[in-house]
Order: sequence, then C-alpha cells, then structure tokens
Amino acid sequence: MERQISNFIRALRSADVKVSTGEALDAARTVAMIGYGDRALLKDSLACVLAKSEAEKDMHDKLFELYFTAGSKRSKQSQSEEAEEGSEDAESGGQDAADAAEQMISLTQPGNEQALATAVERAAEAAGLNDIRFSTQTAYYAQQMVRAMGGEALQARLLEALQRSGAGADADAQRMIDARRALTLAARERAERAFEVFGAGETEKFRDDVAATKRLTALEAHDMARMKLLIAKIARRLAVKHSRRRKKTSRGILDVRRTMRANAGYDGVPFNVIWRQKKKDRPKIVAICDVSGSVAAYVRFLLLLLYSLKEVIPDLHAYAFSYRLGDVSDILEQNEFDGAMKKILREFGLGSTSYGQAWSDFKTDHETVIDRRTTLLVLGDGRSNYGDPRLDLFSGFAGRAKQTIWLNPEGPGLWGTGDSVIPRYAPYCKQMSHVATLKDLERALDEILTSYS
Amino acid sequence: MAKDAMTGYEPLTSIEAITAGLGTAGYISTAQISTAVYLAHGLRKPILIEGPAGVGKTDLAASLGRWLDLPIIRLQCYEGLDEGKALYEWKYGKQLLYTQILKEKLNELIGEADNLSKSLGKLADFEDLFFSPQFLEARPLLHAMQQDSGSILLIDEIDKSDEAFEAFLLEVLSDYQVSVPEIGTIRAKVPPIVILTSNNVRELGDALKRRCLHLHIGFPDHVREQRIVRARVDGISDTLLNQLVRFVQSVREADIKKRPSIAETVDWARTLLLLHSGSLDEQFVRDTLNVLLKHESDIAAISPQIPKMVREAIGTDPGGRTASGYPDIG
Repeated sequence: MERQISNFIRALRSADVKVSTGEALDAARTVAMIGYGDRALLKDSLACVLAKSEAEKDMHDKLFELYFTAGSKRSKQSQSEEAEEGSEDAESGGQDAADAAEQMISLTQPGNEQALATAVERAAEAAGLNDIRFSTQTAYYAQQMVRAMGGEALQARLLEALQRSGAGADADAQRMIDARRALTLAARERAERAFEVFGAGETEKFRDDVAATKRLTALEAHDMARMKLLIAKIARRLAVKHSRRRKKTSRGILDVRRTMRANAGYDGVPFNVIWRQKKKDRPKIVAICDVSGSVAAYVRFLLLLLYSLKEVIPDLHAYAFSYRLGDVSDILEQNEFDGAMKKILREFGLGSTSYGQAWSDFKTDHETVIDRRTTLLVLGDGRSNYGDPRLDLFSGFAGRAKQTIWLNPEGPGLWGTGDSVIPRYAPYCKQMSHVATLKDLERALDEILTSYS
Repeated sequence: MAKDAMTGYEPLTSIEAITAGLGTAGYISTAQISTAVYLAHGLRKPILIEGPAGVGKTDLAASLGRWLDLPIIRLQCYEGLDEGKALYEWKYGKQLLYTQILKEKLNELIGEADNLSKSLGKLADFEDLFFSPQFLEARPLLHAMQQDSGSILLIDEIDKSDEAFEAFLLEVLSDYQVSVPEIGTIRAKVPPIVILTSNNVRELGDALKRRCLHLHIGFPDHVREQRIVRARVDGISDTLLNQLVRFVQSVREADIKKRPSIAETVDWARTLLLLHSGSLDEQFVRDTLNVLLKHESDIAAISPQIPKMVREAIGTDPGGRTASGYPDIG
C-alpha cells in the first residue's frame, strides 16, 4: 500500500507538482489515518497535503482520477477472491503450458473482466510499467506485459494448432488469435494510461526545454502555443522571485530620529533601537523595440514576456519603430496579444529602419518618461541603413536613465559589420547582450529586475 | 486522536463530527474544509487557507473556537510586523519602574559587597531576576503556546507580512516552540490549531507552504450559499432566499472586477429584509445593487443586465432554469 502512494507522488512530481520528502511522509501518515476506504475523502485529503496552489490542485485532481482508476478496479475485488487468484496462479506455474494458455483464453471471455483487470495489473507490475517515460514506449511495455501474462505459452499452442489440420484445430487457432488480440489491447490500454500518469509530464518538460533553447526565429507555427505557456511559466518564475522583499533593513546605520521618538517613553534610554531602512524602487522599464522584419520575431517574445510581468513591473512603457516611432502600450493593453502584434507591425513595421529618426521622434514626444529609476531597454540589431545613428540623442537618454540595456538578436561576431552601428552605441549601455533564445530573454530580464533589489 | 484528556480537541473525532460541530457554531462546512481541519489536528500541521476575500476564511477559525470553546488568538499581519509584536516583548516600563523602586534595596545589597567584582556578581543575579517570565509580555504567538487546553491560533493575511517574518514563523509552526534567549525554550504543552489565511497579495514562500496543509475555499455553490445565508439572516423567506442567491450566482459569472462574496450576499439579504421585500424585483435590485457590488464600473456593467438576471432568478424566464430546479432548504 505504501508503494501505491509513493508511485502516486512520483506521478505528481513528473507533472511539475513539487512534492518534498516531508510532504510525502505527511501523505503516508494521512493515508494511515483515513485509509483507502473512501475515495472522495482520500482525494480531498491528499489534495490538502500534497498540492499547494490552485494549479497544483487541478493537476492533482486530474492525476488522482487517472491513477486511482487503475488501482480501483483491483480494490473492488474482495480480498479473498484475490487470494484465490493468487493460489491459482501459483498452481498454474507448476502445471504445463497448455493449461496456462487455456487460462489466458478464459481471461478474455465475457464475464471475466475482473480477472482480466487483475492479471493486467499484475503484468504491469512485473513489466515495471511505472518507469514509462515516452509515448513511443507503450508498444514495448504492452509486449512485455503480454509476455508476463504468459504470451509465449499461448504462442506455442497457437503454432501447434495451426500445424494440425481439421475444423476443430482451425476454430481453436482462431480462438487463440482472438484471445491474444484482446490481451494485447488490454495491455496497450493500460500502458497508455500509465504513460499519461508517469510519462506525459516528462515529455512535456523535455519539449519545453527544447523550445526554451531554440532560436526564436527558428520557431514554427505549431510551437507558438507551447511558447505562450512557457512564457507564462517564465513570467511566473520571475514574478515570484522579484515580487518579494521590497524593503531592505541595513543593520549598522542607526536611525537616530526614529529611535529617539520610539524611546521617549523610557526617558530617552534607547531600549528600542531602530535601524535605517532603505526603500527599494519599483522596477520601471521603457522598452524601445525595432520592429523591422528581422527583429520582429524577437520583439514579439520580449513584449509578451514584459506584459506577462505586469505584476512586478507596474510601470511599463513600450515603443515600436522601424522608420517612425510610436507608443504601443495602449495597443498592447487593449488588444489580445496576437492581434496587438499585427496592429503594431501594420502601423510601425513599414519603411526602412532608421535609428536616428526613431531617437529624434522619441526625443520630441516621449523623452520625459525616462527618469532616474528607469531601465531603458532597447531591442534591435542596430542596422540603420547607413543613416546618422544620432549618438548625441541616444547618449542623452542613457544619461537620464538608471541603466541602459541593449538586447541584440545578432551574435557578437556580426556586430559592426556592414551597416551595423552597434559598437558605437555600446559605450552608453551598461550591457549589450545577445538574445537568441527564450532562456537568454529570461536571463536578461532577471538581471534587470535584480538591479532593483 | 486526542492524546491528552485535558485538551479541548476531543470533539474532532471524525469528519462528520467536524461538519456537524461547525454547523452548531453557525459555519456551513464542506467536505474539503472539514477534511482539512481533521487532518490539521491529526497531523499537527497548520492549515493555509487561500481564496477570495469574504468567503469565510477567518470565520472558520472563529467558528472552530466557538464550537470547541477554545480561545481564539488572532495575529493580524501587516508590512513591518516583527517578532516583538508577534512573539514576545520585555516589559521595559515595568522593569524600569521596579529598578527605580528597588534602588535603595539594591544599593544596600550591593553596598555590602566589599569589592567591585563581588558587587558585579550580585548585580548579575538581579539581571536574571528582571529577565524572568514575570516581565515577559506575551504576544499572540507565545500566548497561543501557553494555553494549557489548546487554542485556535489565527494568523490572518500572512501574505501582507514581510518575507523575513514568514521565515521566522517557520520555527514556530514546525515545532510549536519559541525560544526566548534570556529564559530558554518555551514549548507548547498542547499545540494550538493554527490557521493561516492569505489573499494572495504576494506569492508565499515554498518553505512555508510545505509546512502547511493547503486549503482553497472558493465561492460556494447554490445550495451551500442558501444554507449560509439562512444561518446568518433570521426570518428570510424561502422564496426571497432562493431568488437572491440565484441572482448573486449569476452576477458572479459576469465579467466584473470584484465578484461579490458571501459576506456581500449576507449584507444584501439583510438589506432586502430590512426593506420588507418578499421577493426580488427589478427596482429593488437597482436601488440596492451598491451593497453587492463595490466598484462603480461593476455596477455600470451589471445594470443593463438586471431585468434579464432578475427574470432568471425569479424563474419566469422560459429559457432559464425554473425555481424548482434547485432543492429548497427547509
């Protein structure tokens, strides 16, 4: 019985529900307290002990249904019946193969569903089905399970029957073929269910890892749904990390005024010592994005990530440009994301890129949004079609801001080649990073948010 | 489950007993809630309750205390809450006063000593005297540990406290003991039943979550909400109760900023009762909607739908569910 719980916990872990050893012990104690008798009660209790957020609760409930349906068929059977089965099996081991095959055929007869389920469960245990990781393994495990149920004996009998001639032998062979098919089907179904419980989470994780390290421009349409989920996950992670701790008590510097006031009641004897506190700034980000063809794919993810982080970045402004620059915060806030991106590209994506023009547009209309708490985030490849880069304006913005960070989808090897003016902007930036994958984006944003703590 | 005959936790024998017991205290429980309470007692773990405001998170602790007749010790969290306010403090004033009063006596005693090191030694003895339980001001956490027959410790809105305080709570919650450097470790004879509530203002740390049972209380379904309102509002007619709960449930499904919780339903039921309305009608709803919805924009969003919602709630809408579609609670 302990095994049942520990396997269930493994299933939860593979589905991204964090279960610590302590919680696993609690689960075992819980089961000892309430038993397996009441399914609904067991579900509520385990949800209480193992799942620690709403998302985890949903996942838990889903897995509980999957996992304990597999087991419940078995538990429905009375204990004595199971014991009987066991002794029968032991006997059959000693008897010859013919009887074993006959028994297998009888399993597939109507009315014996209960016995079949038991046999399949036992075979699953024998084949180590709980170690299944990928959906491609289901066929292999199904085969192993059929073998564990005595498939070889059946096969031998089948061959023998096929060699004999006569109507009786034919019918016999047909019966055995049907039986084998039914058993394989049952084993396959069981294996598929096991994959959903134990393997699906792992496969998802693997695919997520691949997507996170893939070049963003190389992503295909069918990856998009995954990327959105992944971005939500990253945003959640960054938000958790950075939404905590807004105050820093620096021990060591005495706050004389507050200490005196707090201790006025004790005749000025400083019983309560109060240290100076430093309030931390809320992150404020001004993102200026180049939305010309080559960079647009990255802009999409950067903006998606930034807007998923609204919780930790309450003060967020986004601007887009290729030739003309404009404020896109409203578009992003009012439209559903895909629609917003299309709208932005339609409005600002045309024309040849000119950084100089963009800076001068920004200077005239928006410069005042930058203050000393702002991180100026530029996303672009710095290819300005040989136009004036207007370093004078850019250095002005960089000077106003707390820090300037440039994210470049091009690798460092290409910086400064052709019409790239990146090296000339570099001295004004605190950091010039190459972002090609979602991981890079996450790292860059993490660093920015950390600079506010 | 109770290990000691002296504790006040005996009634927590089964989940059914807890549901019934909470019922006598006016709290309409669900299987999940009762299970959590049962496990909290059995595993000696705190319960962390999350959910929208006004669904009865705090009330669970209060009702539990009322039913078991145990003291409810409440610690309201806020930013800047520290150990001094949550755990214990020395009674500085009293210490100061006593030193003043005993000054002469002290002088006498110290005066007897013939050299400096001896008088210093004597002085050290007094120091221990002044840092004794007598001068210890128990704050909620310590207070809860000191209850001999158990207590309900409610740590309200833990998400509003700082991360540092959360970390500090870990020791208290896992061992049910607090250490006071001058005195030693004070261990709870009977651990309190601890209930933490959170409105999810910020994400709580994993370490804290791991030490707690997690319970999510959402908005109640129709039947449970009816029972709650009936328990809270005296003399409400079945018709009005059924209609108003159905109306509230449909408002919750609308796209609004702040969905009305049970507290608002109860307030609204009281309002309607005060206005002597026997059943819902459009004008009444329009006049009293501000009891249910607390945002101007929400009221504006719901207003145009009132006629349809009221029709559905009364059960005359042919497309809607009829009044008899829900079981009446007698």
